[in-house]
Amino acid sequence: MRGYASFLAARMRVLLQYRAAALAGFGTQLFWGLIRVMIFEAFYRSSTAAQPMTMDEVRSYIWLGQAMLILVMWGPDTDLRDMIRTGGVAYELLRPLDVYWVWFTRCLAQRTIPLLFRAVPMFLVAGLFLGLQAPPSPGSAVAWLGATLAAILMSAAFATLISLSLLWTISGEGMCRILPVVCWVLSGLIVPLPLYPDWAQHVIMALPFRGLADTPFRLYIGHIPASESVPAIAHQLVWTSAMVVIGRLMLARGLRRVVVQGG
Amino acid sequence: MVETLHLYCRYIGVSVRGQMQYRASFVLMSIGQLFATGMEFLGIWALFYRFGSLVGWSLPEIALFYGMIHCAFAFADGFGRGFDVFPSMVKSGDFDRLLVRPRSTVFQVAARDLQLMRVGRLAQGLLVLLWAVGALGITWTVPLVGLLLAAIAGAACFFVGLFVLQATLSFWTIETLEICNTLTYGGVETAEFPLSIYRTWFRWFFTLVVPLACANYYPGLAILGRPDPCGAPAFISWLAPLCGPLFLGASMLVWRAGVRHYTSTGS
Repeated sequence: MRGYASFLAARMRVLLQYRAAALAGFGTQLFWGLIRVMIFEAFYRSSTAAQPMTMDEVRSYIWLGQAMLILVMWGPDTDLRDMIRTGGVAYELLRPLDVYWVWFTRCLAQRTIPLLFRAVPMFLVAGLFLGLQAPPSPGSAVAWLGATLAAILMSAAFATLISLSLLWTISGEGMCRILPVVCWVLSGLIVPLPLYPDWAQHVIMALPFRGLADTPFRLYIGHIPASESVPAIAHQLVWTSAMVVIGRLMLARGLRRVVVQGG
Repeated sequence: MVETLHLYCRYIGVSVRGQMQYRASFVLMSIGQLFATGMEFLGIWALFYRFGSLVGWSLPEIALFYGMIHCAFAFADGFGRGFDVFPSMVKSGDFDRLLVRPRSTVFQVAARDLQLMRVGRLAQGLLVLLWAVGALGITWTVPLVGLLLAAIAGAACFFVGLFVLQATLSFWTIETLEICNTLTYGGVETAEFPLSIYRTWFRWFFTLVVPLACANYYPGLAILGRPDPCGAPAFISWLAPLCGPLFLGASMLVWRAGVRHYTSTGS
């Protein structure tokens, strides 16, 4: 366990160096959020029918999405890719630690630090000026925190799957592009999930992706009441475990056929 | 001129052959692009399914704006990729080498890279555009088709111009500025919808400061045969495609100033 902890700490220290990038990213996301808010306001102006969410809820949902964006934004882990390309991955296999959990920890650090950098200013700015509302009750806030932690774990499990796919396609960008997009659409970052057609709701709610964004967001705005938070978080954790199992199977298969390049 | 073109093809050939070394990855990436941008349209469809219309605009009308801007951006991103990755050249000092070669710097940077996988985005944009054209039932006349093609070409020039400006900035900053993406990628996102749905200050910004409105909004209005809900006169629609090349020309001038200002990082 200590081995993994030091991996996590070392990785986090590396990522702490990129503060300027985080600031620039913050500006970009503000802009993005503004566009999305304006688009939804226009849609809400167009229809007087009752919708599954109010515009105020959608506004909070969008800003939460901008704050937590990094959980559903996976670039290929370039260090890992270079390692696989140059053959450095052989060192990873020599360590007296389980490769899966080492890579999982890498991904976890990669999620957490940028998340903090982006989420905190976004909460401040969006909360003060742009209509992000506070959770309706302390219970909702607690449920949101729990679901957010689960979402971080889930995001790391997803990212690990993507890293593992590098063992097959060395440049790895194909997988790194397709999976995030599916997640974007089905996690609620493009359109809040309750606004999708009613007949699609059952499928969307059963799939794992909503655990990355929609579940914590709706707990936050109270769209899912705090009293129903246990099944919602359980849904996240069950899927996360499933992805860990799949990842371990992939790794076992991948290592059987791995050819270390370079010498 | 012919020789320059020949040289350009040679440059591009090298880039293409390089990308083809990872063929499986290339195919996956192109499909990924097609998929990625296509999913976005799915989101728009879902919103129309729920809300019926967007302040008076129908889904096929949005699809026209959407298809135009994505086609244009795919071209720009494919051909202007060299400018997109340019800051790393300044940082590493590689730009010095371009300065000693007997060709213009713009040419060399532009010819450095052609991103083939942009065909994914292009395919998606074309599909949406063709669907829009089919669903709208417009009587296509020669001037209208000409306007559509000119608008796409003009918008592509506009985006290349933005890439050039973004690259020029790095002469001063040495860094890649992610914030510039708000104008390029953010511009695409904005222009997927008619500009009239946005707030006034935002509309003015993208009309006067950054002439995104000329890329697809004004020409689109003429193609749809609709007056501008914000009251711009109709003839602007027909002049708008010219805006892209003008913008590109202006950004080339800024580029030249940047090159004059350039001092090597010395590494």
